Amino acid sequence: MDARNELHIAITNLFTAPEQCADGESTAVPDTTTLKNLDHARNGADLEHHCLPEQLPAAAGILEGQGLMLESITAVDWIEQQEFEVFYDFIHTDVANYRVVLRCTISRIQAELPSLCSVFPAANWHEREVFDFFGIHFNSHPDLTRILLPEDADFYPLRKDYMP
Amino acid sequence: MNLPRPQHYEETFVLNLGPQHPATHGVLRIKVTMDGEYVVKAEPVLGYIHRMHEKIAEQGNFAQFMPYTARMDYLHALAFNHGYCLVVERAAGIEVPERAEYIRVITVELNRIASHLLWWAAFLLDLGGFTPLLYAFDDREQILDLLERITGSRLTYCYFRFGGVCTDVDDEFISGTRAFITRLRKRLPTMYHSLVTGNIILIKRIKDIGIISREQCRLYGASGPVARGSGIDFDVRKHEPYSVYPELDFDIPVYPDGDSMARYMVRMDEIEQSLRIIEQALDKLPDGPIIAAKVPKNLKPEAGAFYAAVETARGSLGHRLICDGSKNPYRLKLRSPTFCNLSLYAEVAEGMMIADALAFLGSLDLVIPEIDR
Repeated sequence: MDARNELHIAITNLFTAPEQCADGESTAVPDTTTLKNLDHARNGADLEHHCLPEQLPAAAGILEGQGLMLESITAVDWIEQQEFEVFYDFIHTDVANYRVVLRCTISRIQAELPSLCSVFPAANWHEREVFDFFGIHFNSHPDLTRILLPEDADFYPLRKDYMP
Repeated sequence: MNLPRPQHYEETFVLNLGPQHPATHGVLRIKVTMDGEYVVKAEPVLGYIHRMHEKIAEQGNFAQFMPYTARMDYLHALAFNHGYCLVVERAAGIEVPERAEYIRVITVELNRIASHLLWWAAFLLDLGGFTPLLYAFDDREQILDLLERITGSRLTYCYFRFGGVCTDVDDEFISGTRAFITRLRKRLPTMYHSLVTGNIILIKRIKDIGIISREQCRLYGASGPVARGSGIDFDVRKHEPYSVYPELDFDIPVYPDGDSMARYMVRMDEIEQSLRIIEQALDKLPDGPIIAAKVPKNLKPEAGAFYAAVETARGSLGHRLICDGSKNPYRLKLRSPTFCNLSLYAEVAEGMMIADALAFLGSLDLVIPEIDR
């Protein structure tokens, strides 16, 4: 068994372990339907994990512990469903060809997520960018200000209902 | 090495570096809090050349975004062409003919050398050496002439198409590229390494300056020569092989020191490796079509989420594409390498002397339009 398979099994086990739901009230029985194996050649990733907002820091902590690095954070505005979906892309720096995606769906009205800055310092700028473009708030972010747009901008350009 | 750093700062002042400062190579602004010659806090301020390419991508169809890709990293534009093509081809399931893949690799690698040469020239200019610029631009000019011959432009190329490339290479391009390989191989040790790399002034200026640890690189998501200069063997061309890179024999230069000298050496060695790649690709260049047959004008990939990464001269460039089955990209996110590489600047530059902080900034090889997108 090669390193890639070992890593895949380790991460899958950690994700499905019951202690991941730290707040107790989530689920007593781990929900494995949120995990999906992907075809790298087709989708460009190997493992996809749909998690709840409160599970995000723990899930990112698991990936950090396994030696992955955070490559990017981005969001999608599903305006018909009145939802934002946030994508977190991770890659392993030593084990070749291994990518993990965390996906998290939140309401468009109350767009809030926990910040990952304490786990990955890289999240700082990426989360600022998502805040800048979509207006999603990252709780306990050290400096959630506009990064690419002017500081006095009063719009979120990548929301689908924004028209220039 | 730095002089001993003061334990506490008594009187500080704020210095604005940029957005029109020559050492930032564009419109980057760094708000530096200084105590005398020492940097207390450095805070990059971005967005001066922000153009919202990601919204532009949503407005048009897939092919219409192609020319914009080259306007981001204008020094390694073909890699951005390649990255965008890769993710769209993945989403739409387009197969690329082998000859087109080889032409892509040859042109991308030529462009990578041009990018490294320009970085080398500008970096040394930052440090006060003017002459190297003239040598580097002489060689870079040869590459631009070669690329102009087949792509039609000199800087912001729009050469790749979904499923291949738009024009074929001719014999003159091939012989010209072979002549260029011989020429640069001869000039690298004499003009580049003897004149500059071994120069004591350069070594004093960049050795042990701006040390980034392996762990810092990983936590900040650094890639490219910055990560490889810190001992991380991470290059998308080997790590997540795409195109015909697996069929070519080349090495990934890795230096463990993590200082500006290590990043310098990684880029210089990469020039040699790129020459090796081009030489092999020219030898192996097969006959055949240069573009896949029957690629529809208006692509309509099925709904889904796709990711594709390529290695640019500055690091791992990722495209995250979300399709909803229509003829426009529903969402296209560009993960630009220098955005992440610059995010560790604040932490590392703290406590440096201002002249070292500028040398460190130059060693990161920043292209501002790519950070701001």
